[in-house]
Amino acid sequence: MTTIRNEMQWIDAGPLEAIPSPGARRLPSAHGDIAVVRTGSGAVYAIDDRCPHKGGPLSQGMVFGERVQCPLHGLVIDLPTGFAVGPDTGAVSTYPVRVADGRILVGLLPQTASAACGGGCACAQAA
Amino acid sequence: MKKEKLILVGNGMAGVRAIEELLALAPDKYEITVFGEEPHGNYNRILLSHVLSGEKPFADTVLNDRAWYEKHGIRLESGRKVVAINRARRQVIAADGTIADYDKLLLATGARPTMMPLPGSHLFGVMSFRNIAEVETMLDLARPGRRAVVVGGGLLGLEAAYGLKQRGMQVTVVHLMDKLMERQLDAPAAALLKRSLEERGIAVELGAETQGFVGGKQVEAVRLRDGRTLPADLAVVAIGIRPNVELAQQSGIHCQRGIVVNGSMQTYDPRIYAVGECVEHAGNTYGLVAPLFKQAKVVANHLAGLGHARYEDQPLATKLKITGIDLYSAGHFGGGDGYEELVMEDPGRGVYKKLVIRDNRLAGALLYGDTTNETWYYDLMRDGSDISELRPNLLHGHGHLGDAGHSGAVAVASMPDETEVCGCNGITKGMIVKAITDKGLFTLEEVRSHTKASASCGSCTGKVEQILAFTLGGDYSPAPQEKPLCGCTEHTHAEVRNAIREQHLTTIPETMRFLEWKTPDGCPKCRPALNYYLISTWPGEAKDDPQSRVHNERVHANIQNDGSYSVVPRTWGGLTNAKELRVIADLAEKYNVPVKVTGGQRLAIPFIKKEDLPKVWATLNDNDMLSGFAYGKAVRSVKSCVGKGLCRFGTQDSLGLGVAVEKKFWGAWTPHKFKMGVSGCPRNCAEATIKDFGIVGVDSGWELHVGGTCGVRVRATDLLCKVATDDEAIEHAAAFLQLYREEGWYLERSSAWIERVGMPYVKKRILDDGAARQALAERFWHAQQFAQVDPWQDRAKSDRPDYEYAALEVVEAAA
Ligand SMILES: Cc1cc2nc3c(=O)[nH]c(=O)nc-3n(C[C@H](O)[C@H](O)[C@H](O)COP(=O)(O)OP(=O)(O)OC[C@H]3O[C@@H](n4cnc5c(N)ncnc54)[C@H](O)[C@@H]3O)c2cc1C
Ligand code: SF4
Ligand code: FES
Repeated sequence: MTTIRNEMQWIDAGPLEAIPSPGARRLPSAHGDIAVVRTGSGAVYAIDDRCPHKGGPLSQGMVFGERVQCPLHGLVIDLPTGFAVGPDTGAVSTYPVRVADGRILVGLLPQTASAACGGGCACAQAA
Repeated sequence: MKKEKLILVGNGMAGVRAIEELLALAPDKYEITVFGEEPHGNYNRILLSHVLSGEKPFADTVLNDRAWYEKHGIRLESGRKVVAINRARRQVIAADGTIADYDKLLLATGARPTMMPLPGSHLFGVMSFRNIAEVETMLDLARPGRRAVVVGGGLLGLEAAYGLKQRGMQVTVVHLMDKLMERQLDAPAAALLKRSLEERGIAVELGAETQGFVGGKQVEAVRLRDGRTLPADLAVVAIGIRPNVELAQQSGIHCQRGIVVNGSMQTYDPRIYAVGECVEHAGNTYGLVAPLFKQAKVVANHLAGLGHARYEDQPLATKLKITGIDLYSAGHFGGGDGYEELVMEDPGRGVYKKLVIRDNRLAGALLYGDTTNETWYYDLMRDGSDISELRPNLLHGHGHLGDAGHSGAVAVASMPDETEVCGCNGITKGMIVKAITDKGLFTLEEVRSHTKASASCGSCTGKVEQILAFTLGGDYSPAPQEKPLCGCTEHTHAEVRNAIREQHLTTIPETMRFLEWKTPDGCPKCRPALNYYLISTWPGEAKDDPQSRVHNERVHANIQNDGSYSVVPRTWGGLTNAKELRVIADLAEKYNVPVKVTGGQRLAIPFIKKEDLPKVWATLNDNDMLSGFAYGKAVRSVKSCVGKGLCRFGTQDSLGLGVAVEKKFWGAWTPHKFKMGVSGCPRNCAEATIKDFGIVGVDSGWELHVGGTCGVRVRATDLLCKVATDDEAIEHAAAFLQLYREEGWYLERSSAWIERVGMPYVKKRILDDGAARQALAERFWHAQQFAQVDPWQDRAKSDRPDYEYAALEVVEAAA
């Protein structure tokens, strides 16, 4: 039998109520700042807190539908995919999120953060 | 009467449409159960192309949500694949063992993408383009800069290529034939299309045969027969579809390429019907929705027991859904023996038109770059009309027949009622006009939901709008040129504000519900506007929604490009003192930041981190300093010169009035930022004549100026009037501000508003009738009671001053 290893590390980002719905908060992590976003429909997403345009803090943006708008110049990120909504281009990393017992858990894989991957990949070039 | 049992297998576009048509004819005849392999309700597969390209969210593809099934008493067994039909017992059996009985069975199992038995086809990242799950996988793999290879240069392949390109991927289309979309295009049109795609950055390899896929677990490259390998992080195979007949075949129902049906959509088993891409009728199989929806109508008619409809094939028309590429192909466009061709080519404009004629009848049409006359050609083709008379103008199109030019509106006016406008749903102009007049429809959305016109592929939207405008004529919305507030609604600013006023709406959700917003919670364009309209219309009653405030207003500070904030306390009229300066100096020292004098004569403390904001505010509050609102669509600072108390030229006490005005007006929310200035004499050192409201001292009192602005655009004020006293100046300012608050659109500066309504109108409302002016001013003072709340104090004094300001803390590593 093969054993499947799971290297995902879940960090506890606190209670769900800490984030207004819709709204977002900044979560500092070993992988840099993460924006934890809660939509009006109650879904929670975690994305890099750096706008692909000029690094604006996405955790401070307005949340609507399944999207968040960067507070600096208005680029819009689609939360499920992490992509900028056209005509803008660019993308941010997304992190898996679980809500358990009313607490938000964010999953970090060693390779998801550009800091850890060395910046050689396509995501880093896009940013 | 006991209901008969109807089972639908295949919860897709054709099957569910048949159920909708059936419910319209005989809502109570059947107890209906629907089995669907996919875990969703019924969605619009066509729009997956737009989802892939990011032009539409998944949510927009929903055609029938679960509530719809519930409402009609339909049992939905989604995520259940039917694996067998026991025709003797009249039962269907699903993969998980679920068994259900039927009296009538409708098969609508659609089609499956053709996959090639090539080496490496099983690799992760080699996929087809058919359903939501596949689009989700593509979006997962599509990262900017990564490479995609699309195998197949047909409609579906090109839409996939465009979508992936929009997602930032490097895309190559590999096509076996020597021209793209060879089933719909001839050589010149295909060449134009290739050029358009290449201009969009999509590489096209023609005459290239795919030999296999290379990679370990995940695809890394596509290998071609000529020996080349194209690197690929994702390979989409779109080389065709074949009817999904597996289930029918195993159950012994006669199939050839598809499930064979007669003109009533009945299979060889009279209790079993079939519709959609799984069927074969008169030797034809299908790949576009228009004929399937016609089949759905026919099968519903028979299931309802009416038994008089017959399905007949009609010419097919294809459009490519790539933004900016207009392409239409219908009927027999190839020509050949016995056919004549009329051709018009304008490579410079990228326009190509070809009409194929046989025996004075239109047999086919191919349009590239200019598709305005597609419906006209389609009608001529379908009806087999004699075109001898039309021939001289045929290529130029419908508009040329009359003498009234060829604008869309004219084309609509002369369009006969039978003309089909929405090809997907078979909706004619007459049906749309009837729905508009009978049901009193006003918007595109309404026409969509009542007739389904423009609800499938959306390419007829423009025409439906023209018909709407033409039919409603003078009734078509009070201000036809005005645009909707944003994409979430059909309503204009004026309509939204009127609804809020007339219906006494006080919350955003209530307003969205009443005005039938198209999105669940709006967007960054409409939410701040709604919030403003609500709080300005119902002061003290409507509750401010911080999450609908633009960022700076939500955090009561100005965000800077490095993500820190600048804090600007109020210094009334620009007048400050040693104590206030000391407080500011101490803060600057504590946080090790500079102090900047702003354009509005205030002192700004920049570079404050978000988590420090509440502490900075608390310190300022303790020293009686309030927020300067330097971040808001609100009354900003009142800039004033020193005036006659100090200045040798001064004729009036501009500083005194400046301080008084700021104390009375601070805190008011306005459609856009609102700046004020007071100068002591016409030398105008406070630059009052480029302010939204400027006051300039003269010997006899004050001149009042309005509508100035100094930014990207500079506009000097218009003179409103002269007044003698400070009190009069303040009353006029309040009346003007209130009129602007009540009638300016959100994000419309006072200057733009005045240009829209005209200065005579403003003068009439403020100057002609003293009582009316006082009433306006009264409303302003009333609103001020609720507005003059210092947000900093509110926050600093609250029991959780840090809430949302401090970052989240990682509590512990969870298991
Ligand atoms: C990306 C894309 C773009 C397109 N663009 C256009 C366009 O612009 N214009 C146009 O006219 N057409 C377009 N089409 C084609 C159009 O979507 C199809 O013609 C139409 O969806 C076919 O309808 P259907 O009901 O026959 O099949 P489907 O919509 O595929 O429905 C069949 C359903 O049956 C289910 N099913 C199959 N077998 C079983 C079983 N044994 N048990 C339970 N469930 C089963 C399937 O999972 C599926 O959900 C497009 C298609 C795609 C994929
Ligand atoms: S505007 Fe007139 S009163 Fe005011 S400072 Fe200038 S010169 Fe003096
Ligand atoms: S930094 Fe996000 S839009 Fe400019």
